[in-house]
Amino acid sequence: MGLFSVIKQGLAKTRAALLGEIKGILGTGKVTDELLEQLEEHLIRADVGVEASFALTDALRENALGKSLSQDQILQILRNEANRLLVDPPPFVLQGKPHVILVIGVNGAGKTTTIGKLAHRFKAEGKKVMVAAGDTFRAAAIEQLEAWAQRSGAEFVRHQEGSDPAAVAYDACEAGKARGCDVILIDTAGRLHNKEHLMEELRKVVRVMRKHDESYPHDILLVIDGNTGQNTINQTKVFHQSFPLSGLVVTKLDGTARGGSVLSIASQLKIPIRWVGMGEKIDQLVPFSKTEYIDGLFENAMEQE
Amino acid sequence: MFTQLTDSLESTLKNLRGQGKLSEDNVAEALREVRRSFLEADVNFAVTRDFVKSVKEKVLGQDVLLSVTPGQQIVKIIHDELVEIMGGTAKEPRLDGRAPVGIMMCGLQGSGKTTFAGKLALFLRSKRKKNPLLVAADVYRPAAIKQLQVLGKSIQVPVYDEGQGNPVDIIKHGYEYAKAHGHDVVIYDTAGRLQVDEELMRELELARDAVHPDEILFVADAMIGQEAVNVAETFYKRLNFTGVCLSKMDGDTRGGAALSIRKITGKPVVFIGTGEKLHEIDVFHPERMASRILGMGDVVSLVEKAQLAIDEKDAKNLTKRIMNNQFDLEDFLSQLRTIKKMGAIKDLLGLIPGLNKIPLGDINEKDMVHVEAALSSMTPRERKNPRLIDGSRRKRIAAGSGTSVQKVNQVLQQYEQMKDMMKKMSGMMHKGMPQAGVNPGQGEKFHPKKDKKKKR
Repeated sequence: MGLFSVIKQGLAKTRAALLGEIKGILGTGKVTDELLEQLEEHLIRADVGVEASFALTDALRENALGKSLSQDQILQILRNEANRLLVDPPPFVLQGKPHVILVIGVNGAGKTTTIGKLAHRFKAEGKKVMVAAGDTFRAAAIEQLEAWAQRSGAEFVRHQEGSDPAAVAYDACEAGKARGCDVILIDTAGRLHNKEHLMEELRKVVRVMRKHDESYPHDILLVIDGNTGQNTINQTKVFHQSFPLSGLVVTKLDGTARGGSVLSIASQLKIPIRWVGMGEKIDQLVPFSKTEYIDGLFENAMEQE
Repeated sequence: MFTQLTDSLESTLKNLRGQGKLSEDNVAEALREVRRSFLEADVNFAVTRDFVKSVKEKVLGQDVLLSVTPGQQIVKIIHDELVEIMGGTAKEPRLDGRAPVGIMMCGLQGSGKTTFAGKLALFLRSKRKKNPLLVAADVYRPAAIKQLQVLGKSIQVPVYDEGQGNPVDIIKHGYEYAKAHGHDVVIYDTAGRLQVDEELMRELELARDAVHPDEILFVADAMIGQEAVNVAETFYKRLNFTGVCLSKMDGDTRGGAALSIRKITGKPVVFIGTGEKLHEIDVFHPERMASRILGMGDVVSLVEKAQLAIDEKDAKNLTKRIMNNQFDLEDFLSQLRTIKKMGAIKDLLGLIPGLNKIPLGDINEKDMVHVEAALSSMTPRERKNPRLIDGSRRKRIAAGSGTSVQKVNQVLQQYEQMKDMMKKMSGMMHKGMPQAGVNPGQGEKFHPKKDKKKKR
């Protein structure tokens, strides 16, 4: 199932598509300050964020203020601007054997579930996958990941609760290499980005992995809760300062959340979104595509009427 | 009030002084600033619109006060309005119904229900002398039951579970178990669910109707964005929840959702989660939240923490010693320990207005440990008379504290600098420049002429 149809489905559920509403406002045809302000509000309502919303409406203001445009023309301007703001992720290729992926994020963002789903995806592609229980802090996080490992048929590496996550990561690298794995996914404990000691712990995990092999980890993925508001930007910025993030995973987009935060991050930080999480089932993770995302948001609205 | 909002309002309103009343024209720009600030704090757009409207009504026609700047004046109006909407004073759920009193947790996935259930159990057991039971009714998320069991064990609160059974039955049986075993409170942990998941929402309704909990607490992530309203509204319609818990308040979010949820549902926020450890739970203070949404820092919490840690007599003593230039390494050490008692430095800085924007990576807690170690390795005589500490003593202190001679030198240097600063300060105090009770900025500053007259 493509991202387009999933988003379409999600939006159809509530019949509250962002642009469906915008279409309502556009009824008058003339681009006025009042209309721009209403547009802004609707974009903000989708958590597009203050900065990115203003960027989108500014594009309209510059090109069309005072003019009478058709709805299609106005939507086209918005679409072009969104297209300019977003980054299409470069194709995902395994860069080594094993290809090591470290998964990080704040508490409750959906890291462990995402790893379960990713393991399933790679398995389905015929890869040998290992997952490592690097969240040694939260009660029963290890067991939670173990359940996902069993579901997806991935190899599983763990230590005791409370042990050093860097040691888990190191062991995973070693074991994964020895067992000939193609992909190693390493879980970490959730941490708020403003806790310096926890960020330092994470930096240590990366340092220790690099000791094993300079190229590790090939990917550092930040998992973001699609319901999170403006804090998304802070989170991404601070994590990105500590480790160059190679991609984002936006989760929980199966509700009414529209994940507009994606636009904010993309416009400010230029980090590609890799995957989108859509539910609790193991196959509900789809690759992100910029075109499909924009189509899903904009065209769906047009089709709904 | 050193806030970003105040600053931007100041620059917008700087020409207002002496204009008499605030008019529609001269506050329009200011209100746009307010709107933007609210949206950036994740306050729902509709709530923001209503709020700005009501503030506008209150602001218009007010005299521009002479004692404060117009920006401060507007921020004060906004602050008071915020406090009022969020419920005035702190409220805690009343748990004096017929035992066992039921508390049901509900919310989205990853909002922090299980952790909150554990925190609440510990809070009730240790602070309210209750005998709670936890019921593990999240049968969907892998290892959620195990998580609650581990938490329960760590705080000596029993956990009732039936493995992966039917959640409604588990909750019903949990209630009966609590009744039979003399628990006066029973806390039901439920699975996270999306508000649009009809099947799971129905399940929660059935569970509620089976045990009629006294409190239903909706747990929301403090970082939640505009979605907060959709989610809270549906949960409220379906379950009539009685209160709200905000998790992850130790982050750097401004937490506008607190305002949105309150405004949409009318239900108070009762508890906030302030850390990953189970004792890190606090009752909700609208006053502090208002400051936070406005980006003003949480001075009240800071003062409270300081009051808990600082002994008044010690403080007076220390002031006297500083004034008399007697500040020695003993005082340095006891100061250090007081600060440590108040909690992590980073958390404290977060509470101070203006300082909460500082990138906290710069502050190294380990450094404090080293300083304390070095100080502890000195003899009381050396601490009272730092001049005694020569080269060979420095070597001994370095070895004893597991630090280096450089570190010890650094500590002594720091001490000298502090002492120097204090000397200057006490010099100023002796001259009696700032007088106690006069808050510069509250008027005096703006009327220098009047001031001079007053001083005869």
